[in-house]
Amino acid sequence: MSTPLITPDLVAVDVVAADRDAATRQLIDLLAAAGRVTDAEGFHADVRAREAQMATGMPGGIGLPHARSAHVTAPSLAVGKVPGGVDFGAPDGPATLVFLIAAPDSGDAAHLQILAALARRLVHESFRQSLKDATDPATVAEIITREVVPS
Amino acid sequence: MKLVAVSSCPTGIAHTYMAAEALEQAGKAVGIEVHVETQGAAGSTPLDPQLIADADGVIYAADLEVKDKDRFAGKPFVDVGVKKAVHDAPGVIAAAVAAVEAGVPAPVAGAAPIAAPATKVDRNAGVGTRIRQWLMTGVSYMIPFVAAGGILIALGFMVAQFAGGSDGVIAVTKVPVSHLLNDFSVASGMDWAALLFQTGAVAFGFLVPVLSGFIAYGIADRPGLVPGFVGGAVSVAVGAGFLGGLVTGFMAGFLALWISRWKVAKGVRGIMPVVVIPLLSSFVVGLVMFVVIGQPIASLMDGLSSWLNGLSGSNLILLGALLGAMMGFDLGGPINKVAYTFAVTGLATEGLGTDAVQYRIMAAVMAAGMVAPLAMALASSARKKLFTHAEQENGKAAWLLGLSFISEGAIPFAAADPWRVILSSLVGSSVTGAIVMGVGSAQRAPHGGVWVLPLISNPFGFLMAVAVGMVITAALVVVLKSAKPNPIVQAEQAVDEQQELVAQTV
Repeated sequence: MSTPLITPDLVAVDVVAADRDAATRQLIDLLAAAGRVTDAEGFHADVRAREAQMATGMPGGIGLPHARSAHVTAPSLAVGKVPGGVDFGAPDGPATLVFLIAAPDSGDAAHLQILAALARRLVHESFRQSLKDATDPATVAEIITREVVPS
Repeated sequence: MKLVAVSSCPTGIAHTYMAAEALEQAGKAVGIEVHVETQGAAGSTPLDPQLIADADGVIYAADLEVKDKDRFAGKPFVDVGVKKAVHDAPGVIAAAVAAVEAGVPAPVAGAAPIAAPATKVDRNAGVGTRIRQWLMTGVSYMIPFVAAGGILIALGFMVAQFAGGSDGVIAVTKVPVSHLLNDFSVASGMDWAALLFQTGAVAFGFLVPVLSGFIAYGIADRPGLVPGFVGGAVSVAVGAGFLGGLVTGFMAGFLALWISRWKVAKGVRGIMPVVVIPLLSSFVVGLVMFVVIGQPIASLMDGLSSWLNGLSGSNLILLGALLGAMMGFDLGGPINKVAYTFAVTGLATEGLGTDAVQYRIMAAVMAAGMVAPLAMALASSARKKLFTHAEQENGKAAWLLGLSFISEGAIPFAAADPWRVILSSLVGSSVTGAIVMGVGSAQRAPHGGVWVLPLISNPFGFLMAVAVGMVITAALVVVLKSAKPNPIVQAEQAVDEQQELVAQTV
């Protein structure tokens, strides 16, 4: 696993967005800037397609846009904290914490284990709370790197 | 209490694993051991069979079709979809516990939105077993059509016999559909009989397409449905019957599977399942059935007809045996149809005496056509252990279908296990045909089975002939099936025994 799941430059702590599409786009641009997504527009279309199947909002103010896409070079996570909240279709209101998961289309199973581990951690309230409490990108990336270990 | 669960989601990278973790944690919180198989993009490790055997219940938190669902057969389950498991895992655990305590498989509101019809196919099984599983998938979806259509037709005959007298059973088949549309009379028993008969006939029209379609579905999943159904319908149109439907089912399934594996440009990928695969595979199936298979079947039917015409009258007992064998061979397919048409056209000859050869031929054909479904009903109730649950259920309906001369009642059995069932049916029906000729029963109704007994001369001889053929066929099929037990049946019985053990220990 040469490329880490997340680095501080994939974290945005003060996202302001009108809707989930705009919020997602800001995070996609972070991935594209880091060279993890080769075609921001194409990847965005894949994420939209997934979001259209079933809203990814989770209880507790979490939005979880994600997709497997040919435009992704390495399993990656971008995190956006949205103090004003943005609706991700969760039953209990808007999301203040948005995780964008990007998985390569061709990724073999071992490659994707890291994302499975991430998804499992996301269920834990303590993990989510620690990320909500973190104020700077470096802390967010550090918490995720420490907590998310493939089983 | 112990539970097992399967989770999956469309993308296979997020919800699959969140659901798994959420269920495990929610279970832990209330002291329930939950083991989850994540059928996601990172590959899935099948649950240890021992864990499944030990589990009290199953949770399906799956938005995709659960792989190898057979493993969990017979256990109480809840089917909730992946999202509910992520959002409200404790609620799902509680529902599963309730299902286990209720002791019966119970559905839960808000079930998976992308629920797909179940198949009985285990992808890891050997070729022979998989062929049988594909057949069983088709057969299990066909059985309700056989039961509904067959019983409606039989009821139509029954009502016609009471409402229309001894000729009512003949008259009911001749009431045109336009009469039902324009002049249906609530007070007329014959109209009700015709309504039952026509509705049943329409339901019967689906037998071969459904069989073919769901064999293809078993092989290729959803892409197989369209070419399978189309192929089955073409098989009916060209008169190839259920054997033709078996051919189209397999052809359509593998064709669709093959096409769905093509590497295509990204722009085309989106329209593959909705346009390209159904279009191409249906066309090829149609081409093969109409152009390649249709003509030989037509020639076969013509050849058989003229051969029979040459034979008639020469040696009646031999003719009876031959017609009987043809009736029992493909249960509504081309060979059966030739024998039946041969008999029915004989009825149209004018100025016949009451015991004319034509009427005796009709009696032989009708008796022989009753043998296969009755024999399957007998065999499946006398030797339950040789038949699947679905077949046992179908066997109950087959009694009525057989008595009403609806040979199609045996198709589910023949489609699932063609060689043994057809061979047995061939022998028994042939004996029946010969006996009817021997005892000289004569019949002037073209259809109806026991409901037209009043029209049959020497009805006792007729019934005796049917009974002899039925016993021979049933005995043969039992012997043949005992020689090589069906692995699906064995698997079902293993599950039954487990359930009985559970029931005893609880």
